[in-house]
Amino acid sequence: MDKMPKWADIALVPLINLLLALIVSGLVVLSIGEDPVEAMQIMVRGAVGSTYGWGYTLFYATNFIFTGLAVAVAFHARLFNIGGEGQAQLGALGVGLVCLALPWPHWILALPFAILGGALFGAAWASIPAYLQARRGSHIVITTIMFNFIASALLVYLLVGPLKVPGSMAPETARFPEGTFLPTAREVFGWVGLTFARTPLNVSFVVGLIAAFGVWLLMWRTRLGYEIRAFGHSESAAVYAGINPFRITMITMLISGGLAGLMAVNAVMGEQQRLLQDNVLGAGFVGIAVALMGRSHPVGVLLAAVLFGALYQGGAELEFETSVPREMIVVIQALVILFTGALDGMVRGPLEKAFLRFRKQPKPGVPAE
Amino acid sequence: MSDGAVPAIELKGISKAFGPVKANKDITMRVMPGTIHGIIGENGAGKSTLMSILYGFYKADAGEIFIAGTRTEIPDSQAAIAAGIGMVFQHFKLVENFTVLENVVLGAEEGALLRPSLAKARKLLKDLSDEYELHVDPDALIQDLGVGMQQRVEILKALYRQADILILDEPTGVLTPAEADHLFRILEGLKREGKTIVLITHKLREIMEITDTVSVMRRGEMTATVKTEGTSPEELAELMVGRKVLLRVDKKPAQPGETVLEVENLRVVDDKKVERLRGISLHVQAGEILGIAGVAGNGQSELLEVLGGMQRATGSVRINGQEIDLTGTKSDARTRRARGIAHVPEDRQREGLIMDFHAWENMAFGYHDADAYNRGLLMDNAEIRRDTEAKIEKFDIRPANCWQTAKNFSGGNQQKIVIARELERNPDLLLVGQPTRGVDIGAIEFIHQQIVALRDAGKAVLLVSVELDEILSLSDRIAVMFDGRIMGERLPSETDERELGLMMAGITDTDRQPTAKEVAENLAQSAGAVR
Repeated sequence: MDKMPKWADIALVPLINLLLALIVSGLVVLSIGEDPVEAMQIMVRGAVGSTYGWGYTLFYATNFIFTGLAVAVAFHARLFNIGGEGQAQLGALGVGLVCLALPWPHWILALPFAILGGALFGAAWASIPAYLQARRGSHIVITTIMFNFIASALLVYLLVGPLKVPGSMAPETARFPEGTFLPTAREVFGWVGLTFARTPLNVSFVVGLIAAFGVWLLMWRTRLGYEIRAFGHSESAAVYAGINPFRITMITMLISGGLAGLMAVNAVMGEQQRLLQDNVLGAGFVGIAVALMGRSHPVGVLLAAVLFGALYQGGAELEFETSVPREMIVVIQALVILFTGALDGMVRGPLEKAFLRFRKQPKPGVPAE
Repeated sequence: MSDGAVPAIELKGISKAFGPVKANKDITMRVMPGTIHGIIGENGAGKSTLMSILYGFYKADAGEIFIAGTRTEIPDSQAAIAAGIGMVFQHFKLVENFTVLENVVLGAEEGALLRPSLAKARKLLKDLSDEYELHVDPDALIQDLGVGMQQRVEILKALYRQADILILDEPTGVLTPAEADHLFRILEGLKREGKTIVLITHKLREIMEITDTVSVMRRGEMTATVKTEGTSPEELAELMVGRKVLLRVDKKPAQPGETVLEVENLRVVDDKKVERLRGISLHVQAGEILGIAGVAGNGQSELLEVLGGMQRATGSVRINGQEIDLTGTKSDARTRRARGIAHVPEDRQREGLIMDFHAWENMAFGYHDADAYNRGLLMDNAEIRRDTEAKIEKFDIRPANCWQTAKNFSGGNQQKIVIARELERNPDLLLVGQPTRGVDIGAIEFIHQQIVALRDAGKAVLLVSVELDEILSLSDRIAVMFDGRIMGERLPSETDERELGLMMAGITDTDRQPTAKEVAENLAQSAGAVR
């Protein structure tokens, strides 16, 4: 018998966690002499009160969908990939190279190749820690986080060297050709005669939704997903069933790195339209919180990604409209991560007890153990 | 002992619930001083919960405990020790790289300096070993001792803490028959000195052999307490299960056919460069059950793992005359299944099942790439569920719910899921390890019948079990393993527990009565080598 109903596990616990995080955030806001209720209103209005707000919220959310899915897929195999940051940076390199390689005539042509480039580069970057884990037993948490730094250094080298525009002072590539510009939400809504504010939200959001569906299909409807989940639950059982641990570790990390690399389609191709030095903006790490809060399920990841998108966007508005400093927004986001991720057990434990207490007598035939 | 005496332990109305599960329901029990009191019951009947309450690990929801007539609160194990209760757990709680003496003193040191305590313990240990045949070298490291010796250290620990009441939880699970006999002699000696002993077990034979009184538990309730003299194994089994149980396996003589499995000179060296299999050769014919007897840890697990494709090895293995790959890319479990080998692993929770998967997901485990379970790129989950429901019905798996996760089934029903999955593939060779470990008596009967039915259908069965009873009643031939070798083969009709027990301890010259010392030394040596 499960300790509590599924809806409580996947919906109630995260909601309580979120509420606690917001209450503590409110106290922090109060302590610097601001009105927490007003701050909350500004954040909510800023994030979802207009098409402008929604545009930015979903734009950020798209980044988090990709990095969140990346962490979630790896987590099903009990691999803690915290290298989303570096894999996304390499993905950016892949997308950048694709976009700069040809004078693309139309985004429809450029997008599939950019997706391929981002995924391949992200996957390739993840493959080295994956190999080290699978063959040498080097812990993937250590190697992936170190590869974040290497990725960052590699990108700096390329952007001040081979990829820099000659004569330019800025560490960035040339602007991508216009044929690679992805349609924004404003344009797409415009096609059907609706108005939408000018935001960086673009068709990558749809790519993100497709990726989420793909991950669901992979994990729960294919043999590979079955093997990944089995391996994640018990390696010894996986060996018993004839599942090759090396193969699963490699494939899972390649998929994970590929998903992280896809983030660049949104951030680099969709918004920045050139390859910048800092193109990931911490989304790789937020992906960990998103996957944790989303319980590694694609639907959960989608919802959590939107929530964190809203926090990013609402936080920016808060900074804009009040004297709450930028750092405070980081504090609020950190509290949400803390409560939904690290302190999950604090709510879960008592809640499970409460559910057990209120449950009726066991059905006859259920064995006592 | 007279009925007028004050009970050493008296439990009144003990109840304990874990959420909706009532592990103990209104338990009342009296254990008279100077007796050996057995507690018997199936897995999950609540025996261990009751003893954990007595030892202060759990707090009872209701009820009272009286020790020697005084009402006693036992909030933790410190209080239990203070009340004179000692516990020997199924899984020993010893520090492997400490000596016997250090382990005995650990937690009961007097003062900041070790030397006086150690000296005192050394003297006491000597007295105890003279008194009760509890011979252990006080300066030996635990890791160098065999399990039987380690268990004695646990008993010594309790006695050092001046326990008057000794609780032993499934003490013979890891012992050879000879070691078990020795343990029983020790317990008899302790009883003569006036100690009270509570023996928790699921083995009827032990209860009959050594206890004075026996309490039977079923589904959290104490169903009966009877004098051992006045009862029989059949009656106890019925009290445990709640219905009549067939204790012997009913089977026709074997009709061996073609040789299915041929193993020659199989060798396995583990990560620590220790040779776990030292040249195993054996064969199994169609229509027969070859039982491998042996104390746990003598290479049986490795043998099953090699044959099941979980471990690499050198040597030669042929299935139906065809050589199989033992080291290359085709040495995995998937290829073995394709060759007609089914495998019920020793540890269903760690290997045979994914405990967090639903029953239906587990029913495809290992066969998840079978054509019937797949439609193109995707798995045909509806078909797997349909198939699972059929198997649930055929094997009477309860509850009959293919959406229940494996961990929420009882041990017996978990094992039935594995058995159903492996047997229904109609394999040429069935590898089966500890088929009834942690399985209740009712399910044991059923599982044994299924294995015999497979044999009667002309399939080869390789059975590994540490339960000698099971080996003797199921096997058509018995091979005994010791220290990575086959000590010899016997026919069940021409051997007995004594002979097998000696072979399990590495003594081949079974006509000569070996000394207890020889047995102990052999086992200690094998424990050191195998570990």
